Parts: sequence; C-alpha cells; structure tokens
Amino acid sequence: MSRLSDTLAACRAQGTPAMGLFTTNGFPHPDATVPVLHAIDDGGADFIELGMPFSDPLAEGLPIQRSSARALSHGVKMDDAFDTAASFRKGSDTPVLLMGYINPVLQYGIERFCTKAANAGVDGLILPDVPPEEATLLTEHAQAAGLDLVFLIAPNSSDARIQRVDELATGFVYAVSVTGLTGSRLDGRGAVQSYLKRARGLVTQNPLLVGFGIATHEDAQELSQHTDGFIVGSALIKEIEACWDDDTLSDADRYARIRQFAHALKHGDAVAAGSNPAE
Amino acid sequence: MPDASTAPNVASETTARYNAPDDTGHFGPYGGAFVPEILVPVLEELREAYAEAQADPAFDAEYRTLLREYVGRPTPLSFCDRLTDYYGGAKIYAKREDLCHTGAHKINNTIGQILLARRMGKTRIIAETGAGQHGVATATVCAKFGMDCIVFMGEEDMERQRLNVERMELMGAEVRPALSGSRTLKDATNEAIRDWVSNPDDTFYIIGSVVGPHPYPMMVRNFHRVIGDETRAQLREHEGRETPDAVVACVGGGSNAMGIFYPYIEDEAVRLIGVEAAGEGLNGRHAATLSKGTPGVLHGAMSYLLQDTGGQVEIAHSISAGLDYPGIGPEHSHLKDTGRVEYVSATDTEAMDGVRVLSEQEGIIPALETAHAMAPMQRLAREIGPDGIIVFNCSGRGDKDMQTIAKHR
Repeated sequence: MSRLSDTLAACRAQGTPAMGLFTTNGFPHPDATVPVLHAIDDGGADFIELGMPFSDPLAEGLPIQRSSARALSHGVKMDDAFDTAASFRKGSDTPVLLMGYINPVLQYGIERFCTKAANAGVDGLILPDVPPEEATLLTEHAQAAGLDLVFLIAPNSSDARIQRVDELATGFVYAVSVTGLTGSRLDGRGAVQSYLKRARGLVTQNPLLVGFGIATHEDAQELSQHTDGFIVGSALIKEIEACWDDDTLSDADRYARIRQFAHALKHGDAVAAGSNPAE
Repeated sequence: MPDASTAPNVASETTARYNAPDDTGHFGPYGGAFVPEILVPVLEELREAYAEAQADPAFDAEYRTLLREYVGRPTPLSFCDRLTDYYGGAKIYAKREDLCHTGAHKINNTIGQILLARRMGKTRIIAETGAGQHGVATATVCAKFGMDCIVFMGEEDMERQRLNVERMELMGAEVRPALSGSRTLKDATNEAIRDWVSNPDDTFYIIGSVVGPHPYPMMVRNFHRVIGDETRAQLREHEGRETPDAVVACVGGGSNAMGIFYPYIEDEAVRLIGVEAAGEGLNGRHAATLSKGTPGVLHGAMSYLLQDTGGQVEIAHSISAGLDYPGIGPEHSHLKDTGRVEYVSATDTEAMDGVRVLSEQEGIIPALETAHAMAPMQRLAREIGPDGIIVFNCSGRGDKDMQTIAKHR
C-alpha cells in the first residue's frame, strides 16, 4: 500500500471524507509555496496536489490559469517542484501528488521525472491531458518509481469507461463533478449526485474522490455522500490570491488565513485566529 | 475534362500504401488524443460519426455539390507563363484556392465539418481563428446552415484583422476575444477547447487546420485532399501527366499543404516542399516549428512544437497572422521525420518579395501566408529545369493583408 492509499483508507475507516487541496508551485511566490503547503496541511488537508505550472493549461478555469501564469512569471521550473516537495516532506508525512500537463514532463524526460519525484517524497501523479489511451508512455516509469497514477472520469464517461479507468488507476479515481473547467459552478446538483452514485457503484478497486467547483464545506459535504472525499483547487487559489494581493496583511496573517480556510472547508468552522496547532 | 471533384472522398489507389494515421490516430510517434477525460467520449462519437459519413455516398454527394455550387470548385490550375519566364526554369502552375468562396482553401474543410455537425445533431458551432480566414469560412457555413457560431480570436489578432472580424459579425457570428497568454491563435485555440470542455453535448468544434486530437488531423486532411485530387486531373489535361516534379505549399498548421500533398505521397518521384514562416529569421522571432522545434504536446496532439527547455510553449512570430502558430499538424512531423516532405522556411521579407513577384508577373495578389511558398521557387525552377513542372498551392488571396503589404512596400 502506498502512503496515499494508507491515508485514504484511514479516512474511510474513520468515516470522514478525505480532503485534497490543490495549489500551484511557485504561486503566489516561490518562497511562499512551502509555507502555504504547511498551512493547508495544518488546516487539515489529507493530501496535497502540487500543480506544475504550464503555459497552456487547457482544462483550467481562470483562477488556476492565473496562478500558473503568476508562477511562470517568477521563472519557476520543474526542478523547483521537486525542491518544494522535498522541503515539505521534511516536515510532514501528508501525501503529495504532482498535477500538471504532459508537455513539461515530456521535456524533462519521463523516467527522470518519475525518479526525481519519488526521491523528493512525491506519492503520485495526476496528468489531466493524458487519458488512459495515451498513458502507456508513463505507466511503466511511474510504477517503477512507486508513484500512484490517478486517472479521471467525467459525467459523460460511460459505465464501461469508468470501470476501465478504475482498473488502470492507482491511488484513487478522480471524478470530475461537472462537464466544465476547474472552478466551474456546480450547476444541476441532482445530476451531479446521480452521476457520483453511478460512479460509486462502478469504482470498486480504488477510492473515489470528487473535484471541480467545490468551494465550501457545504459543497464538500454534499458531494462526499457518494465518494470517499473531495478536492478543492480554485477556491483555495482565490483565497491565496486575495491574501497576497492585500498589502495590509503580514505574511503571518496570510498563512493563518489559509490555515483557517482549509480548516473551515473540512470542518465547517474556522479555527480561532492565532491558534496554531503547530505551536 | 476529368473532374476530380466528382471523385469519392475516400482513399484512392495512389494513397493505398501510405496508411497513416493508425487506428488510434498516430502518425508514427505523433498525433494521438491528449485531451481531458470529458473530451474522450466526445471524440469517440466524432470518430464514429465521421466513419459512418465516409461510408455514406449521400454525405459525399452533398459535400461535392456544395463544393461545386457554393465554393466554386473545381478551382483552376493556372499556368503562370510570365512567372515561368521570370525564373527561367521549370514550368510553374498555380492551384487557385484563392478563388474559392471566402478567398482561401479553408472553406473546403468547414463545409465538410458542418455537414458532419448537422448529421450529429449539433446546433452550436465553435471555432478558433488567427488571421480570421478560418473564422470567416466557419461563419460563412454557419450562416448557410443556420447554426449558432462563436469564433474565438486573440484580442491582438482582432485588432490586426478588423476587416475579418466585421465579416464574421456581418454573417451573424459572435467573435469572442481570447484574453489569455499571447492573445493570438494559440490562445484562441485554448479558449475554444475550454468552451468545448464546458459544452460537450450540443457543441461541435470546427478546427481550422490539420491539428488537434484524433480524428481532426486526418479528417481535415481528407476534406482538403480535393485540392490535390483536382490538381492531378487538371495537370493531366494541361500536360498529359498527373504528376509534376515538385509541389510547393506554405505550412502553418499545415492544412493547405496536406490537401495538395496527400494525393501525391505515394508518387515518390514528386518532390513535396513545405515552406514554414521564418519570421525575422531563424535566429530571431519566427514560426518555423519543424525547422527549430522539438516534439511535444499542444492542443491535444504530439507534434513538433516551439518550446523552451522546460516545455513551456513559446510565442511564434510571422508577418502573416495565419502562420503565427507554435505547433504544426502531426502528419507534417511524421512526413518530416520520414523525409517524404522537404521543409524549408521563408522570412517575412522573402514573403513580401513573393507578394510583389506574383502580383507583378501574374496579376495575382496572394495572401501573406501563400506568398511564403514563393520563396524557394527560383532555386527549384532552376534545379528542375525547363522540362520540368512545379505546382504551387495558391492557398488564399491577399485582400485581407493589404494594410500590412502597403506598410512594407
């Protein structure tokens, strides 16, 4: 069992939905990424998705597009993602997945990428523009490095397709909540629930997590009824953006607010300001 | 004359041995479908619908009728006598795609795709455009078929190509500015894909070149092969032989080039020459993807790509907005690696020279894209000599570029 599988199994055993939080490496600034990861970890993230910025992120809505552009404007490179993961790993056992588009990974060299990621304490990969049909170029290397390879399903995936993805995925199956981009509005919740219920019946070999458009604790609770947990990206990115664009806040205030945001997503209430569980 | 436009739109004997792409849409190591999961069933539905349409004689008949009655095909194959004398070598013919309705070859493809969209019950059409030629060709068929049309266009390009924006809007299309990234064709394509991901049920994406995920590169090529099929028949009429010594075409995404090359791929004696945009020069800002790029994945397919060492896509430059794209169709990447097609490049200055020469010698004002194909002409004409024949694809007319041309004269 991988660290990711163990974590998700433990959440399941406790009957609490697992919470995965996404942020982009190098965002809002390269120096801030590791402290942000610790803040969301302290706030209750069960695992972390660290985004590898790309110039043309075609499945992303505006918040993640902006975070990617901002990271790239700081000159962030692939090696920086490994440094971020390794640095975070020194202070936490929370699983980390790298998420991003295939092209930067291809240029880095897939085998070299997988080895470096594993050495940096990364637990898995999510590459949303690599469906199972094109994944043969990475499965072997990911497996050899001990990295989980998460695949996605969508509301328009057929039953057979969902079963096939479940067979190929390791770590978990990522259910995209709506046919849309990251950060889309969760319209037609009845349809979302019936799709997740259908997926729940078909995904038998992996935990099932839902993401896209989840912005609040209430969204998370609702969508976790038929899943093992949820993933939040755009809403967190917007919160980080708001904190760092506000010049009146100190860095300590900002990390505290991010920690509270994560805590509120998971538990529905903010931790009292200033109470740092790490202290 | 033998009219190639009545030939069925299926592989002919000449291409029977060249069998790309494979079933999964790969041209050698290139192509494929690197797309978000939401688009996987959408592309599967499209592949099935296209395969059924290809097997349906009624589909082909309607496509051929529209090409004849609406687009104005077959387009002439014009003998360029003064241009031939000017270069003093091989006989030069121009395949006159500039005479297609809307002024460029692009409409061959939009006619085919909108018939497919209607067959699939789709009601909302989206497209990306750079210079605006594909946008205009899409807006045109949407008006003709009474479909909703949204064209994504980089904000930069909307300013540079105001006339085409007006044309699209006049025909009822909504032109949506792409505000992200470099605000040009690459970003317009990102926005179109994002729209498609958000509206997979009712929306058909009419891609404008031989790019994108499978089956687009194959399908767009097949809708443009009429250019090469007609050329064969017309050259037989003029010269008593279907095969010239060389075929030359400009290459951005590569649709007009694939259209004229494809029916000649198996005729190994025919030199096929693609001309990329070298912009300010290959060591400056350019759009010469095959000459200077490396393999990578953009917009759903593996192909050569202009990118930095970290895999971030670079911004292309060309005087012609239609060649200003950092990617290229995967089939061209394959044909480069196999050596079947020679790829060369032409600078902005060489393209302007091409505009001047073709205008002065033949009274044809070509599009800036098209003018790139003139760059290797002198060398080729002399290499091949007076007994030989060169066909170049005159892919579009230059009216849209008059402002740029006037500035550089």
